[in-house]
Amino acid sequence: MTHLPLRLALGLSLALGSASAVMAQETRDPLPPKSVDFSFEGPFGTYDRASLQRGFQVYKEVCSACHVLQHVAFHNLDEAGGPGFTEAQAKGIAAGFKIPAEPNDKGETTDDKGERLTRPGIIADYFPNPFPNENAARTANNGKLPPDLSMIVKARQGGAHYVYSILTGFHQTPPKGYAVVKDTYYNPYFDGWNIGMPPPLQADSVTYSDGTKATVDQEAHDVATFLAWASEPKMEERKQMGFSVIIFLVAFSGVLFAAKKKLWADVH
Amino acid sequence: MTAATADGATRRDFLYVASGAMGAVGAAAVAWPLIDQMNPSSAALALSSVEVDLTSIVVGQGVTIKWRGQPLFVRRRTPEEIAKARAVDVASLPDPLAENSSLPENAPATDANRATKPEWLILVGVCTHLGCTPTISTPTDVQGEYGGWLCHCHGSQYDTAGRIRKGPAPRNLQVPVYSFLSDTRVKVG
Amino acid sequence: MSGPSTYKPNSGIEKWLDQRLPLPRLMHDTMRTFPTPKNLNFWYVFGGILTFCLAVQIITGIVLAMHYKPDSTLAFGSVEKIMREVNYGWLIRYIHSNGASMFFLAVYIHMFRGLYYGSYKAPRELIWIIGVLIYLLMTATAFFGYVLPWGQMSFWGATVITNFFSAIPLVGTHISTWLWGDFAVGDATLNRFFSLHYLLPFVIAAVVGLHIWALHVPGNNNPLGIDVKSPQDTVPFHPYYTVKDGFYLALFVLFFAVFIFYAPEFFGNPDNAIEANPLVTPKDIVPEWYLLPFYAILRSIPNKLLGVLALGAAILILAFIPWLDTSRVRSCRFRPTMKWLFWFFVATCAVLGYCGSQSPDAVKFGMPLVWVARLGTTYYFGFFLVLMPLVGLFETPKPLPASISQPVLAE
Repeated sequence: MTHLPLRLALGLSLALGSASAVMAQETRDPLPPKSVDFSFEGPFGTYDRASLQRGFQVYKEVCSACHVLQHVAFHNLDEAGGPGFTEAQAKGIAAGFKIPAEPNDKGETTDDKGERLTRPGIIADYFPNPFPNENAARTANNGKLPPDLSMIVKARQGGAHYVYSILTGFHQTPPKGYAVVKDTYYNPYFDGWNIGMPPPLQADSVTYSDGTKATVDQEAHDVATFLAWASEPKMEERKQMGFSVIIFLVAFSGVLFAAKKKLWADVH
Repeated sequence: MTAATADGATRRDFLYVASGAMGAVGAAAVAWPLIDQMNPSSAALALSSVEVDLTSIVVGQGVTIKWRGQPLFVRRRTPEEIAKARAVDVASLPDPLAENSSLPENAPATDANRATKPEWLILVGVCTHLGCTPTISTPTDVQGEYGGWLCHCHGSQYDTAGRIRKGPAPRNLQVPVYSFLSDTRVKVG
Repeated sequence: MSGPSTYKPNSGIEKWLDQRLPLPRLMHDTMRTFPTPKNLNFWYVFGGILTFCLAVQIITGIVLAMHYKPDSTLAFGSVEKIMREVNYGWLIRYIHSNGASMFFLAVYIHMFRGLYYGSYKAPRELIWIIGVLIYLLMTATAFFGYVLPWGQMSFWGATVITNFFSAIPLVGTHISTWLWGDFAVGDATLNRFFSLHYLLPFVIAAVVGLHIWALHVPGNNNPLGIDVKSPQDTVPFHPYYTVKDGFYLALFVLFFAVFIFYAPEFFGNPDNAIEANPLVTPKDIVPEWYLLPFYAILRSIPNKLLGVLALGAAILILAFIPWLDTSRVRSCRFRPTMKWLFWFFVATCAVLGYCGSQSPDAVKFGMPLVWVARLGTTYYFGFFLVLMPLVGLFETPKPLPASISQPVLAE
């Protein structure tokens, strides 16, 4: 008799539990992004310069094969509030990228093999697209278009946490009965759970020039930081200016409050 | 009573002055970004200098490159052009000043002050009269009497060092700031 | 109260100007000596704040237009150039985008204040109606402006709203095509929206001029809702209200600054950081927060045409309020029943806003939100069409004080 409520409760929770698992499977809502610390969060947050440089290295050596950074120019790399490269380093990075060249003197844009003619980048250039157009990008990626990463942190709910979660969310066991769709990979942080991108990061995908151990977690964290900067290169300037402006306005409000009080004293 | 009112009045005045002063500071702080946004953006500034590869330019040949939105003449002079430029009496020129952005204002228009490496003449290809682009003189297509440039808009004529010799232009063609990064590469701007 | 001017020019230049174009006189009479009730409270500062907001939007807007490119292939990139390359471009853009939200926050408080204190009642009906016109113009301006960055939400929001017109029988699709300049929202639409977005704020400025002019005929209402009886009831606008408004303006700017510098994307939608793609619809299309209550009203009605008509009616009904409310007492301070109905109305607007922000089939706390929205819509229209006329007739108002200067009777 006394066990009945308990059994009832157990039975109910089991039924509800499996029901919600089934429901979650049907809706395939993504898991909320992982909570992890980023140096740039909060009103006084700044970008960790070393992390930005490592993240840039990850972008350059891993991500740039498929993803463009359309709105970022090479000259942004030596600007304040960013990875802190020198102008010479930024020029060197630019020169390492191949930019589609203007037509040559004969008016050609491709060489005799049909390959697009390129020239080394200059700091005024923007990061080039690894593919000449959308169709070529889709053909190389099973019909999926790798999105531009220059705004990705702003364009996703969860921002840098989302990017980090996606990058570290691969290699998990799908729930029972779930069949992974062909040419996609299971990633519970992605809406629909079927992401077209193969797991891009492995341990030591890059060898960090500053000697930091390149675990997947480290690489994901660094590239998420870099992409946060790419989405908002002016963040540090914004927060610094905000501090001065808020202090000024508090003081100004104080003075105006005193003036108002003094003035209205004889009316009330 | 008078002391209290006087005190109150001065404090109120102080508050008004303080408010006014802070307001003025605030207004100036707000005005600056609204004014500065019209200055060249970082993208424009990134294009403020250009590096020119000199390997493909043969003697007696020149190229015109777009720099800061204007034509830039990069010319590899022949020994004859250099000699002709050096033979000119600087004091007799309509504009005896070097017009070289790397040199002081009063430097004279000697050929050495117009081209640090005599073989390479780098000039801003904008006529100092009203801004047209002058045309280079070649042996097969002679422009003007001085072997340099002729501006077709109003007839200004420049010599083999880009100095004004005849016509309405008041000044020699401007020599921009440049530095040789190597024998085959020059950075202008 | 408008009356004979007391302006006396006190310099040669002022006298010269006054004889030819009485601008100094106008400034003096409206901004300096204008007799204003001395009991105006905090809720009355938002008129001045709104003027500030309009000026900020116009100035930042003109500056942004120096860099923005209204072409569907260039627009998104040009906004990013403003954010990344133009000197202080990020600041000017964030002021403008957050400024729109501040503008609407202030206008809603301003409108609710007018409702609460009966500022729409005779002889101020026209001030209220001009205000409704300003609100309509603001909504149109904001809608056009949101399309300009040409993000996913810009494009699809434009598609949804311009499709409203296709609900009109017979001519609907022709009107939509005419608005688009094409068979769907596209480059032609973007260009004309830019032109209109630049134009309307100046129309708003002119109508605001009329709004203030109409106000200066009877003079301001006040929290007691009773007329000014003597000069003892008033103070000159300057310095009393210039300083008071100045103080609250500084606080408002402080509030505004927190968003600009520390939460600039708070009112935004991540989907708008993705360039517009006519072939991919975002999961949830939502307008900016200040349009959400109307969006909820639209979606609560299952019929396309009736939904659009309800949306239009929800805004237009505001113009009739001076005649819908039958009470002879202006201020809700003395209207015990209406006071609570008013606050319930404010809460309803907030709840409708929440419903508008969620997906149409959302269910929260076991309730499908579409039914919550329907309840909200019923109260919204019921408040104006049923409660306002009836409560005025049957409510027993509290006794009004004799004048503004008299010590206020305890409530």
